[in-house]
Amino acid sequence: VTITRARLPEPGPSPSYTFPPIEKSTLPNGLRLWTVHHPQVPIVAFMLLVRRGAASDPPGKDGLAAITADMLDEGSGDRSAIDMHEAIAQIGAQFDTDIGSDATVIGLTVLSKFAPRALTLLADIVARPSLREEDFLRVRQLRLHRLTQLRDVPGALADRAFLKLLYGVHPYGHSPIGNEATLASMTADDVRAFHARSIRPTDATLVAVGDCDHAGIERMARESFADWTGASAGVASANGDLPRGARLNIVPRAGAPQSELRIGHVGVARGTPDYHALLVANAILGGQFVSRINLNLREDKGVTYGARTAFEFRRQPGPFVLQVSVQTSATARAIEESIREIADIRGPRPVTVDELTLGVSGITRGYARNFETADQVARAVMQLALYDLSDDYYAQFVPCVERITIDEVSRVMAEHVDPSRLTTLIVGDLDAIGQDLGGLGLGEPVVVAHDSF
Amino acid sequence: VNISFTKHTLDNGLDVLLHEDHSCPIAALNLWYHVGSKNERPGKTGFAHLFEHLMFEGSEHHDRGFFQPLQGAGATLNGSTNADRTNYWEVVPSGALELALWMESDRMGYLLPALTQAKFANQRDVVLNERRQNYENRPYGLASMALLAALFPPDHPYHWATIGEIADLEAVQLDEVHAFFRRYYHPANASLAIAGDFDSVRTLDLVRQYFGEIPAGEPVPAVRAAASLAGDARLYLEDRVELPRLYLAWITPAMFAESDADLDLATDLLANGKTSRLYKRLVFEQRVATDVSAAQNSREMAGYAQITATAAPGHTLAEIEQAILDEIARLVAEGPSDREMERGRAQAESQFVFRLQTVGGFGGKSDQLNAYNVFVGDANYFDRDLQRYQSVTRESLRQATARYLDPSARVTLSIVPRDRAALAAPDSAPALVA
Repeated sequence: VTITRARLPEPGPSPSYTFPPIEKSTLPNGLRLWTVHHPQVPIVAFMLLVRRGAASDPPGKDGLAAITADMLDEGSGDRSAIDMHEAIAQIGAQFDTDIGSDATVIGLTVLSKFAPRALTLLADIVARPSLREEDFLRVRQLRLHRLTQLRDVPGALADRAFLKLLYGVHPYGHSPIGNEATLASMTADDVRAFHARSIRPTDATLVAVGDCDHAGIERMARESFADWTGASAGVASANGDLPRGARLNIVPRAGAPQSELRIGHVGVARGTPDYHALLVANAILGGQFVSRINLNLREDKGVTYGARTAFEFRRQPGPFVLQVSVQTSATARAIEESIREIADIRGPRPVTVDELTLGVSGITRGYARNFETADQVARAVMQLALYDLSDDYYAQFVPCVERITIDEVSRVMAEHVDPSRLTTLIVGDLDAIGQDLGGLGLGEPVVVAHDSF
Repeated sequence: VNISFTKHTLDNGLDVLLHEDHSCPIAALNLWYHVGSKNERPGKTGFAHLFEHLMFEGSEHHDRGFFQPLQGAGATLNGSTNADRTNYWEVVPSGALELALWMESDRMGYLLPALTQAKFANQRDVVLNERRQNYENRPYGLASMALLAALFPPDHPYHWATIGEIADLEAVQLDEVHAFFRRYYHPANASLAIAGDFDSVRTLDLVRQYFGEIPAGEPVPAVRAAASLAGDARLYLEDRVELPRLYLAWITPAMFAESDADLDLATDLLANGKTSRLYKRLVFEQRVATDVSAAQNSREMAGYAQITATAAPGHTLAEIEQAILDEIARLVAEGPSDREMERGRAQAESQFVFRLQTVGGFGGKSDQLNAYNVFVGDANYFDRDLQRYQSVTRESLRQATARYLDPSARVTLSIVPRDRAALAAPDSAPALVA
């Protein structure tokens, strides 16, 4: 081989990646079992997906789905909360509870020799939790303390306040943890009722990926989950009235060395036919290191450690949001630059051929690395179940992205992003930046009170 | 279980470790430079990390951003700096491995011609913002700096945090950057690991071509320093927080040294997870704390163990401190239970197998091979590393706890809400953070 530094080497072809087949069956209680054989390492990743999350919180009970999820591992049958964790630890398992707007996911990853014990534990956790009053009071207290601490975390404040500004009373208008008032009024009966109503097998999927076979997992799952029955209550349809609030809002944080910013509006749902085009558009705008916004604010201006944008795709339209933390003195300028970048990509400064090529290839060429571990494959399988995607979704992904054109990027950004509707939120030092904000043309900043979100 | 590999040392001193794993069509390149903030001097802190940023700003034959061609090829990439080492990695589709070799070798051999004052000034601003975001504007964010400063004396290289002091970052000059590069960024001070879907013969040939031409540098002598604590250094820091938090910290053995694994397991059983003794007592039963955690932070020259707990409203750090000391004393008196030992061994076994899942990135197999090669001098150490945990006994753990988690030689740091110094643990003095 001879090398040259005169030019960069052209990447050669890489073996194409094929997503492994998913074996499927449905247990008598309606629980779907989806497994993938992924035997590289002697591990099995279990994920139990229930398609109910914080958006299913009843009115006035923000935080109920999350505290219910948190209560699942607080004991079952004769096992106390501590005993449950002792059992998890004795098999060296990695245990996670993940709650979002649309789903609750309980994950348990273990060495494959412990898969039978893990599955029994998972069933105890999801189907037969004790949900005892005294445990509820302790867990609720810890969540209230957590809320107290979050008052000082700029990113958490920004996320919570921003959702409320965008969505108001819509089911997506609160973060899963809820707030002090709703948690304080909640009872253990609320949790038991939520579990009985929403954590049910008919809309749940058990995903198992790793060094395991479908028949063996099914045999065990039939036994472990046999007494888990019932149908989940439907998801309430969303109230269509979204708030039309101020364009510029601030949560004051005296003396803060940086301003934490959120700029965005309600975006699109996961089911949009423009999904792939929006992924490409977002990569170019703010979804990768070499995006326009990061290159501008970090690599050119040096006013931040990093900036990014995202369409948060959910079952209903989720937020489109730019997030960045900038040095206090650069707050107004960063807002101005951010809004200009968002506006420009829709037409005034359309995506170039080079940008499109980079955006597309960045997503497609490295696609295989998203499926290296059992956890990654399990998460991918879970996405299919959560969003009703077809089994060939991953096989179709790369060709779908490769077909995106510059015109399509401009079109989807013009259609789904509207600079005149952008809501801007600052968590920062109002005294230091207040006088600079007037020049933005976004109106006077409205102070957002801590007890309003 | 192990990570199989071949090792080759080039004439210029570069160590090359190759591990084939064809299960996913990707390849990982991981490059360590044996330099970190421990190689800095007082008054010049933050330099190693700032330098890491400059490595992403282009080199002589590609004088543009480092990210662009690699992201276009479908790579993910990053780097990190800690007290002991700096690492850089790319995970690429198999066919793009040569591109990653080109890019990494160009910045190892030819960085300085492309390093301008403008790039330098920009990345210094970025690093100052990284510091604001991750330390100054984050609740409890300055605690680690205050702890290190109290644990290690001012001339000890672990006295300062890797991110550096603001004044030092503002004072650093471009010519110092050049000198730093020449001293530390050369083949004899580096270790290159490649893991994943590639052919070893062809790849080794490419490595020789791309890296072999880079001149060997002067060997870097090992940094040596000793530290010990006499007494209980009691400090507090006011911060923008709601709930006071207590940190107890001790100087402990270095990474891979005797008792390091014992202390890893001891801190776990004391304060990590819901099965730990302090979680059960402080959070579950007495409800005087909202959270507890602990770690044996082992480093190349020395380690430090810490136990952290946040007071629940209405409870004091004094109560929490006493409970922690009680539990340490009980562990020293009685040792761990058989059940705790069994749990620790099961968790260690799982954690090691979990570590075999990724070829690249932070903590992937290529990163592990480099860690063993650089810190142990033997990349073939995975199974012996696991063995360290499996050979811990009740008595060795008890003795390590007794010797190192000594109540009379520690740092006790309170982080309290602003203007609420009275909430600190008793007899604490203000801590200084630069």
